[in-house]
Amino acid sequence: MDPVSLARWQFGITTVYHWFFVPVTLALSIIVAIFQTLWFRSGDDKYLRLTKFYGKLFLINFAMGVVTGIVQEFQFGMNWSEYSRFVGDVFGAPLAFEALLAFFLESTFLGLWIFGWDRLPKKIHLLAIWLAAIGSNISAIFILAANSFMQNPQGAVYNAVTDRAEMADFGAVLTNPVLLWALPHTLMASWLTASALVLAVSGWHLAKLNRADRAADAVAESTAEDAAATDATTSDPAPAKPDNTLAAHRFAAVFAAVAMMVSGVGLVLTGDESGKIMTQVQPMKMAAAEALYETAGGDGSGAPFSILTIGTLDGSRPIFVIEVPHLLSFLATGTWDGKVQGINELKAAYADGQLVDPDNKLQQAYAEHMRAWGVDTHTPIIPVTYWSFRLMIGLGMASIAVALLALWFLRKDGLPPNRRWWTWLMVLTPLGPLFANSFGWIFTEMGRQPWIVSGTLPVSAAVSPGVSAAEVLISLIGYTLVYGALAVIEVRLLLKYIRLGLPDVEPVEQVTDDDDVLSFAY
Amino acid sequence: MTVEPTTLQLVWFGLIAVLWIGYLVLEGFDYGVGMLIPYLGRNDKERRVLVNTIGPVWDGNEVWLLTAGGATFAAFPGWYATLFSALYLPLFLILIALIVRGLAFEYRAKRPEQSWKYGWDRGASIGSFVVSLVFGVGFSNFVIGLPVQVADGRQGVHVFTGGFWSLFSPFALLGGVVLVALFLFHGAIFIALKTRGEIHQRAKAFAEKIGLGVIGAGGAWLLWSNLAYGTGVPGWILLVVAAGGLVMAWYMVRADRDGWAFIGTAVSTAVIAIGIFLRMYPDLGFDNSSTMDAPLNIVTASASPLTLTIMTWAAVVFVPIVLGYQAWSYWVFRRRLSTANIPDDSPQREPIP
Repeated sequence: MDPVSLARWQFGITTVYHWFFVPVTLALSIIVAIFQTLWFRSGDDKYLRLTKFYGKLFLINFAMGVVTGIVQEFQFGMNWSEYSRFVGDVFGAPLAFEALLAFFLESTFLGLWIFGWDRLPKKIHLLAIWLAAIGSNISAIFILAANSFMQNPQGAVYNAVTDRAEMADFGAVLTNPVLLWALPHTLMASWLTASALVLAVSGWHLAKLNRADRAADAVAESTAEDAAATDATTSDPAPAKPDNTLAAHRFAAVFAAVAMMVSGVGLVLTGDESGKIMTQVQPMKMAAAEALYETAGGDGSGAPFSILTIGTLDGSRPIFVIEVPHLLSFLATGTWDGKVQGINELKAAYADGQLVDPDNKLQQAYAEHMRAWGVDTHTPIIPVTYWSFRLMIGLGMASIAVALLALWFLRKDGLPPNRRWWTWLMVLTPLGPLFANSFGWIFTEMGRQPWIVSGTLPVSAAVSPGVSAAEVLISLIGYTLVYGALAVIEVRLLLKYIRLGLPDVEPVEQVTDDDDVLSFAY
Repeated sequence: MTVEPTTLQLVWFGLIAVLWIGYLVLEGFDYGVGMLIPYLGRNDKERRVLVNTIGPVWDGNEVWLLTAGGATFAAFPGWYATLFSALYLPLFLILIALIVRGLAFEYRAKRPEQSWKYGWDRGASIGSFVVSLVFGVGFSNFVIGLPVQVADGRQGVHVFTGGFWSLFSPFALLGGVVLVALFLFHGAIFIALKTRGEIHQRAKAFAEKIGLGVIGAGGAWLLWSNLAYGTGVPGWILLVVAAGGLVMAWYMVRADRDGWAFIGTAVSTAVIAIGIFLRMYPDLGFDNSSTMDAPLNIVTASASPLTLTIMTWAAVVFVPIVLGYQAWSYWVFRRRLSTANIPDDSPQREPIP
């Protein structure tokens, strides 16, 4: 493989992998902070147990996000040095801001939170988790600002002397319309993912606590002469105080299901707005999302939205297709018969020299050079964009349905069924939004092709001129192996702590004497 | 060719030096502690004491590296692009080592089995060693100067012409050894400063031994660097201060003054870094002898005045704030630890099947 493809695979693998941990971190940090706030205000043990339990899951996940995040910042320079040099004046600033404003805050206060239970006054300790959560979320602003510049390079000019893009208006970089909708969209997606994890974990524990079903299971299992399993499912650890395990999990599950519903609705609204912006600044991405070859709508007819296609997506007649009339026109333009440009028309226009976004100043100024790079194909890989777009939406919608179902079971003191199908549903619940995140990013980055900076710098011109294919191959294999092994370790750890359930808690007291045993240590 | 940087360019060169110094001084002892976990900790509780001396702060310390990287990207895109692609494989090694080391601290306590814990300890130790070694080799190469050339006749684009194996000159290898030894010394003193009891004594005994090695090897590297790649009088003054810091650290360890010893290694680490950055001015650690009239230096690698101005404002406001809360977190965790402070492993409850 050529260095460009290898570098792309590496970026894809490391970034999708990194993004398995980020969405959980972004929202779960806030969820844990909310649980701790509830404990702080009410003194009710159940919230403290939830804080410690989900805090532990949060930290196992967070560590992976941190260590894979360093790779992200470094590989721009390592694999994409020409990109880094070309856009560093604009793109570097958000990354520096991210480190200075977000990462320091997040890491320092998380350290204070983890080890500070018995060293900080309760109020300050609560503040620590909030500041760590705020730090994480600030990082989202800056990294998305950087990414939005790649989708819609505004706020920059081309300097012919230095042969690169330069900052013209930092305000415009931070108010990029792509960013203004991608930020809430990403944060909602994080909420959907982290809440789905909480719902799955608490929902699974609640099913195990479902006595009616458990008794039935016990009978069934003892008839199968599986005495050991019966013991394990029916023996309760004798609690010294009234057991609030069920109340705690119920609270967490309802909270999470409601959060999933709210973020689900938010995702639809922000996704819709993002689509309209995309149609303006990256029309090819919209056409690629739909595998729309011929321009449709605008003449009173309206472009249909295809839900499912069987057959090839190469513009020939598909074997089978489900379509909703006029919906694409509405999604892309906000009117039921708006015109949506197709791949063929856009391709022809680009071949004639039209810019991706004719109003974009950077694209205008760099046009001559851009054409000299000889970008011969202007089309993303259509099956990838078409299916990743649908999988993102489909998995997101399915998650909302799961939240509804969970709320139905939890109504009026009810509990979810202690059945195998429910266990499997709970296993799949966090994976749905997690992969929806992945597909969303795969769509938005693959749909940007062949550009690394939309309409300006092609990906093929962005790799490091001094790095060989062999070097990239070595690192690609290295990351893949290490990441694979770590995934196994991480998932096993998560499952172990999920199974252990809510920890017992003791009153937290500040340490004063040098010889006191710490309430928490690694 | 005379180089006439603007004030902003000088400020950012200086700030990046400060970020690297912060990283080396703070993560330096983390790496030292990391390397020493399996050697100074004879049982699990002792090892936990060691891990807990840096547990709350290592991640915040590592952000200094991320910020140095981000600031280089933003303030000197040309520097970031050429340097990071030049050191492709060394940086890959560092990244893998940082991944293993970071997870080691966070994950070692998450399972009760000794094989699990000791496995991660080995990972922390090797990871910390690799990072220290590679950075030592790397910084020595900045002192020598990484040869660069203009790529494909494009004036602003520079590529490294040396190749991977050219990085391992004797001077650079000595630099790697010195940084490993320096961080072991710095880390052992930090452990002495942060612990009580037997482990405190053991760390001190180790610091005394390694201290002599650091003074010898570090002194040799500093001399070599000044003789072969000298920066004149300032370089010799910095050499004296750096060596003085090491000697003071060694003396103070023997005199039971852990705090002063720590100041000794911290100052020495910082001053060595200042010396390196002095040498890296104005060519940023690149050898421009074959770039003709298109060198890669503080002026040509720099970001635009607007970007530098925006970044300067951010730094002026936020660097003091960051320093404030990081210092406060060290204050919160100021107590010395001993095995008496470490709670027993809570008996693992049976998980729900």
